[in-house]
Amino acid sequence: MKFFRVLRTIRTALKALRRNPLRASLTALGIIIGVAAVIVMMEIGRGSSVTIQRTIANMGANNLLVMSGTAASGGVTFGAGTVMTLTPEDAAAILKECPAVRSAAPIVRARTQVIYENKNWVPVFIYGTTPDYLIVREWTTMAQGEMFTESDVRNANKVCVIGQTLVRELFNGQSPVGKEVRVKNISFKVVGVLSSKGANMMGMDQDDILLAPWTTIKYRVTGSSATTANQSASTSGSSEVNTLNNLYPNTTLSLYPEKSATQQADTPLPVRFTNIDQILASAKSFQEIPLAIRQITQLLRERHRLQTHEPDDFNIRDMTEMSKTLSSTSSLMTNLLLSVALISLIVGGVGIMNIMLVSVTERTREIGLRMAIGARGRDILRQFLVEAVVMCLTGGAIGILLGQGISKLITFMLRWPTETSLAAIISSVLVSASVGIIFGFYPAWKASRLDPIEALRYE
Amino acid sequence: MNLIELQAIYKTYHVGEIDVPVLKGISLSVDQGEFVALMGASGSGKSTLMNILGCLDRPTSGRYFFEGREISTLSADDRALLRNHKIGFVFQNFNLLPRTTVLENVILPLTYTNEPITDREAKHRAMELIKRVGLADRAHHEPSQLSGGQQQRVAIARALINRPSLLLADEPTGNLDSHTSQEVLAMFEQLNHEKGITIILVTHDPNVARHAKRIIYISDGVIGNSDFRPSDSGRVAI
Ligand SMILES: Nc1ncnc2c1ncn2[C@@H]1O[C@H](COP(=O)(O)OP(=O)(O)OP(=O)(O)O)[C@@H](O)[C@H]1O
Ligand SMILES: [Mg+2]
Repeated sequence: MKFFRVLRTIRTALKALRRNPLRASLTALGIIIGVAAVIVMMEIGRGSSVTIQRTIANMGANNLLVMSGTAASGGVTFGAGTVMTLTPEDAAAILKECPAVRSAAPIVRARTQVIYENKNWVPVFIYGTTPDYLIVREWTTMAQGEMFTESDVRNANKVCVIGQTLVRELFNGQSPVGKEVRVKNISFKVVGVLSSKGANMMGMDQDDILLAPWTTIKYRVTGSSATTANQSASTSGSSEVNTLNNLYPNTTLSLYPEKSATQQADTPLPVRFTNIDQILASAKSFQEIPLAIRQITQLLRERHRLQTHEPDDFNIRDMTEMSKTLSSTSSLMTNLLLSVALISLIVGGVGIMNIMLVSVTERTREIGLRMAIGARGRDILRQFLVEAVVMCLTGGAIGILLGQGISKLITFMLRWPTETSLAAIISSVLVSASVGIIFGFYPAWKASRLDPIEALRYE
Repeated sequence: MNLIELQAIYKTYHVGEIDVPVLKGISLSVDQGEFVALMGASGSGKSTLMNILGCLDRPTSGRYFFEGREISTLSADDRALLRNHKIGFVFQNFNLLPRTTVLENVILPLTYTNEPITDREAKHRAMELIKRVGLADRAHHEPSQLSGGQQQRVAIARALINRPSLLLADEPTGNLDSHTSQEVLAMFEQLNHEKGITIILVTHDPNVARHAKRIIYISDGVIGNSDFRPSDSGRVAI
């Protein structure tokens, strides 16, 4: 019975709206514009924040750098990475056993000259790694050629890929693929050229890079990367700059018995027990970085057999702070635009309230009559509330379509990235319904409080 | 059983600083199934009394019992329900909804009924009544397209749609020619006779009042002394 009454009241409200379609649609226009603005703002905001996140990821914000621990002797510590505690197996284990880690690659660093014909250059990064490095860095597109392979890593092949800066500095723009560059008197065949990536968050040129299999760098170039990492062991910083120094054996610190050059070329060292400088890993998503850090820490402590009281023999760095700053800037902008759009929605709501008040005054006699023949205050309240909410919801629906259309148009015309957001659609439906209820309530309440006999006499 | 019982009803309007006493102590009782005519000079307070009887307005003082229940103790919602279910009101100035068809106007009280009535039933019931007041061919016209008398008949149909036990009609024949007026009165008599609906109507016309079983005169806010019952034949000798 109640249900019947409610249904009839809703129908009455719809009829009243149909009786004055122009006014109803003009009133709804305020809501249409408001909701469309909200949708457009949300979609542009989300689009740009997705783009920014992608940029951040591109700059390595999802990356975690696992470094070896600190060497200490006689109370003097030498800084992160001075003791070699990480092994390539650690890298493999991290990839296999940490669910929050998407990919991981071992890194052996070197810093030395790269020579091609009569040019030489010292790249910022000479990394010995695996093909996974590019997956970690989300850098899988190559400008030319291809990345070296896993079997290159296994065989310690003398191949490398280089970044755009090296191409510019050494090759003067000609294609380097198939050419040979020398690193510490060892010839590397260039098999690929990386695509351009630009500066990282520190402002370092990420294209100033040479990548080679880590086995090659480890055994053929550095012997031990302690020359670069452990300053206490390295006698002179300039010793690596001049490749001629290689002729003097005192700087090379070898773990294994020396082999002749021929021996070395013919039988690469079997990889059995060795150390690497760093492990670069990437988390599955930006949000999972802390989880990944926890999982890696636990795994490495287990693998390194550390007692609970012993400190970590490695440390993990991430870029969270920096990327947070970047994404918070974009969300600040989005929120700013969104609040402007919300204000227009409120203006639309005030428009509804205004029209409803006029309509209540105009229909005072009708209200009086309805009350005289048995409408209760709450029936009248419901009727006017439904009118307002229907106007708002219809306006909201049209506004959503309009907003989507506009954001598609913006993507098409201005090439701004936009992203359809279900949350935006749901929230604008909710917001327009609540605008209807909030701004429709006062006029409806006023109508419901009329005295039937006075309302009937109203001129 | 007394359908209506009024005890010392006073109604005073306040216009600015001035008090306008309209009803000055009306006591009256009407039985179930009576047909009463209310007569009196213009401005004597007939419409005011009708509004109180119809539970639209509340007296300044005095008690009003409808079916034994005192109205002033009822909540606004209960009074609305009472108006909807028990009382049919024909207003002096019709009060039809503009830009709404005759049919919809007649159905209107069913919007607020608690009866679980379907749309088809509602429409059917309304059409019956519209036919009965002779407006079958005008069911889809709007009030502005009707004559005064036709509008009055729509108002009567609307008052009857909920099968009220009390029908209050404020000058229902004021705008009708004598022929239509006879028809409307015949209908009232029939309703009164067959369905036992209690009818109170206001009129200035003694020929109309003659159809009633009882005439109440109201003058200067009190019931006049010439309150009498006409003979069984329904004829009143004046
Ligand atoms: N809302 C009001 N405010 C002030 N005075 C009113 C109000 N309504 C009615 N009156 C006064 O009450 C008196 C009675 O009015 P009422 O409408 O009851 O007369 P009536 O007997 O129905 O007259 P008629 O036969 O012309 O319809 C009139 O003098 C009128 O001026
Ligand atoms: Mg009157």
